[in-house]
Amino acid sequence: MTDITKGAIAPTRSFLSQDAIQVFYRLLAALLICAVLAVLSDSFLSLGNVLNVLRQASLTFFIASGLTLVVLTAGLDLSVGANVALSACIAGTVIHKTGSPALGILTGLACGGIVGLLNGVMVTALRIPSFIATYGMLWVLNGLTYWYMAGETLHGFPAGFRQIGSGYLFGLPIPVYLLLVFLGIGTLLAQRTIWGQEIYAIGANPVAARLSGIPVARRLLLVYAVSGTMAGLASIIFLSRLNSAEADIGESLTLPAIAAVLIGGTSLFGGVGTVFGTFIGALILTLVLNGMNLLAVSANWQPLVTGIIVILAVWLDMKTRRRAQ
Amino acid sequence: MSTAASAIEPASPVPLLELRGISKEFPGVKALDDVCFAVFPGEVHMLLGENGAGKSSLMKVLFGAYRADAGEFYYKGEKVSITSTADAQKLGIAVIFQEFSLVPHLDIAQNIFFGREPMGRIPGTIDRRKILADARRVLDMIGFDIDPSTTVDKLGVAQQQMVEIAKAISQNARILVMDEPTAALSDRETELLFALIARLKADGVSIVYISHRMAEVFALGDRITVLRDGRRIDGVRPADVTPDQLVRMMVGRNVDMTYPRNFADKPGEMLLEVKGLASSTGISDINIEVRRGEIVGLCGLVGSGRSEVARAIFGADAITSGEIVFDGKPIIGEPDVAARRGIALIPESRKSEGLALLRSVGDNLVVSALRKLFPRGLFDQRSAQRTSDGLIRQLRIATPSARQTVGLLSGGNQQKVVIGKWLAAGSKLFIFDEPTRGIDIGAKSEIFALIDRLVAEGAAALMISSEQVEICHVCDRAYVMREGRIAGHLTRSELTEENIVRLGMHHA
Repeated sequence: MTDITKGAIAPTRSFLSQDAIQVFYRLLAALLICAVLAVLSDSFLSLGNVLNVLRQASLTFFIASGLTLVVLTAGLDLSVGANVALSACIAGTVIHKTGSPALGILTGLACGGIVGLLNGVMVTALRIPSFIATYGMLWVLNGLTYWYMAGETLHGFPAGFRQIGSGYLFGLPIPVYLLLVFLGIGTLLAQRTIWGQEIYAIGANPVAARLSGIPVARRLLLVYAVSGTMAGLASIIFLSRLNSAEADIGESLTLPAIAAVLIGGTSLFGGVGTVFGTFIGALILTLVLNGMNLLAVSANWQPLVTGIIVILAVWLDMKTRRRAQ
Repeated sequence: MSTAASAIEPASPVPLLELRGISKEFPGVKALDDVCFAVFPGEVHMLLGENGAGKSSLMKVLFGAYRADAGEFYYKGEKVSITSTADAQKLGIAVIFQEFSLVPHLDIAQNIFFGREPMGRIPGTIDRRKILADARRVLDMIGFDIDPSTTVDKLGVAQQQMVEIAKAISQNARILVMDEPTAALSDRETELLFALIARLKADGVSIVYISHRMAEVFALGDRITVLRDGRRIDGVRPADVTPDQLVRMMVGRNVDMTYPRNFADKPGEMLLEVKGLASSTGISDINIEVRRGEIVGLCGLVGSGRSEVARAIFGADAITSGEIVFDGKPIIGEPDVAARRGIALIPESRKSEGLALLRSVGDNLVVSALRKLFPRGLFDQRSAQRTSDGLIRQLRIATPSARQTVGLLSGGNQQKVVIGKWLAAGSKLFIFDEPTRGIDIGAKSEIFALIDRLVAEGAAALMISSEQVEICHVCDRAYVMREGRIAGHLTRSELTEENIVRLGMHHA
């Protein structure tokens, strides 16, 4: 056996601990940004601002968490933002028509989930690359939303409903509680269920996954449905927080969500990444934008900075991963 | 060995091209060992050998795609060097591969002159009229009557092959290497190709012809060179040998290899029954039975449909007709159904189909057993770790830990991981597709010992292998495939390398 052992090969860590290291570096980066901002700005550490950062981060995170699962399978969902817009407009209409926030919430989640499922069908049954399928879906959803809203704005929802996005419980914004709940659920799904294990296996090598007996098509359907449902959830939070819905609310959501996933250390090639990493990614993104606001840096610089952070994060990941191998 | 090339008297005393003492080594394999090979003007030189005998390697050295580790090249008696495909092209050597290198959406003329298009008056444009006229002339030369502005994707396989030949002729090829050119042709198309070969021959073009079909060897060949295990075994004239003698040359004497195998006295109950199976990949009328306690071989040439049968049984390719009965009940569906019922596939290409190379040994070992290990759907890393540690011990997988990235293990140990994941899943039928490819001898006998133990404990195995020695040593019986069908069945007493080759060869 010694002939095969090859003592020259140094033991490497599995990706689980590799993931842990990545998350650790990211937490460190987030703390560093906090420290810098605390020094530069008096108002950064104020309770109001900290809660504001968390609430902002939670909005990005809801979309990005579902997207993380898609990216873990080496796919992409470009329709999440458009999905948020359509789901918000439909949920808003239902609340207006029926007066029942509960019914509206259910419709919003269902609408998001169905759109996700359709994405999944395109990717699995029709074998359209996810990038293209969801890109097409983006246009379809935009078209539907614009046609449905016809330039109108839905405005004014029951006070109880508005609590979801803007209310507080024990001094913390309600979206922050939701963030913790879904961070927990997402992490459990990815790390502590066999579905999660299968999702990682599919992303690492879809052919081998299928030939290992994993029902690849069904898992992909699940993943796209979850991504869509999370977009539906985000639509409810948006609707509640903004107290209005317009056709164009989704347009600025997709790219930041993808940025959070990438900054969070999930590889676009699949099989590597964590939901918790995406949370940190969303946090870093929000912290930087918040810091620029506090320091009165023009908002025009924000896309540039976001781009640089994404490139930097992915580059550093690739470097550390190459060294690990 | 070096004098053997001159053992048969050629028509012209000076070979057009002569290779002397060619050796080529890859890590762990001696692909070519001191091979001599001469091509005379206007001859059809048949190159024969089993899979892995060194035919493709020799072809690639000839074409400059591989650089020989040792050996000399002589062109018309003068020493030359072939270190790149450009060198080979300059000497007039062209290869017609089985996989054509044509660009489907370009027309015939553009394909023939691909990369050498005559320039139009405006730089960067193509002189359309000239390219069509030139193409017309080349096509006339080989007697192919077709409009050169037809796009290649509208052509059939035989016509595409003609375009490839036209392309070679347009580059002034004097030596044309053809790799199983009739493999995808109908009888009528084969006749046309033979006529073209006769025509090229008359023009003094030499053909090196790789074939697995006995009839062609005798119908076309002026001389025959047989390779085995990277060595040149003999050079003969078709008139001086019988097909049986050629088969014996290709197979050689039995290499002294012993694999552990405890043959059962009587076979167990029926485990797999394949009835009249056909799939979208071109296999048809497949009937196979495997009983518990058996190792059943599935032989035949590469491309005869062996892997396709394995994939169809496992649900990886869509079945178009027929039935698969496993453990008494029919089985229909994707690989996840087959896997859950107890079928395991150890695929031919373990790196691309068997493993997630960047994941850990442990992750790969439990991937097929997740549902069995965690019936409630909740994954527990520690319990998974215990299972993979157990398998690593049981299979003696040489790895620092279950956390090691599986891509860093040696081939033999990677193969053990692929087998291990099905052990964890508790599979009953193991379908092995070339289980020992690229594995050193030590790991090989370990893997055979493992298979023997599995079937002794009531499992069964269906084993695809191009290594006929292995099939003969370990299998209870074997099916031999030819052109997508079962060509014959060999019982334990009939199971010899000669019989496998004879059934697998194309006699038509």
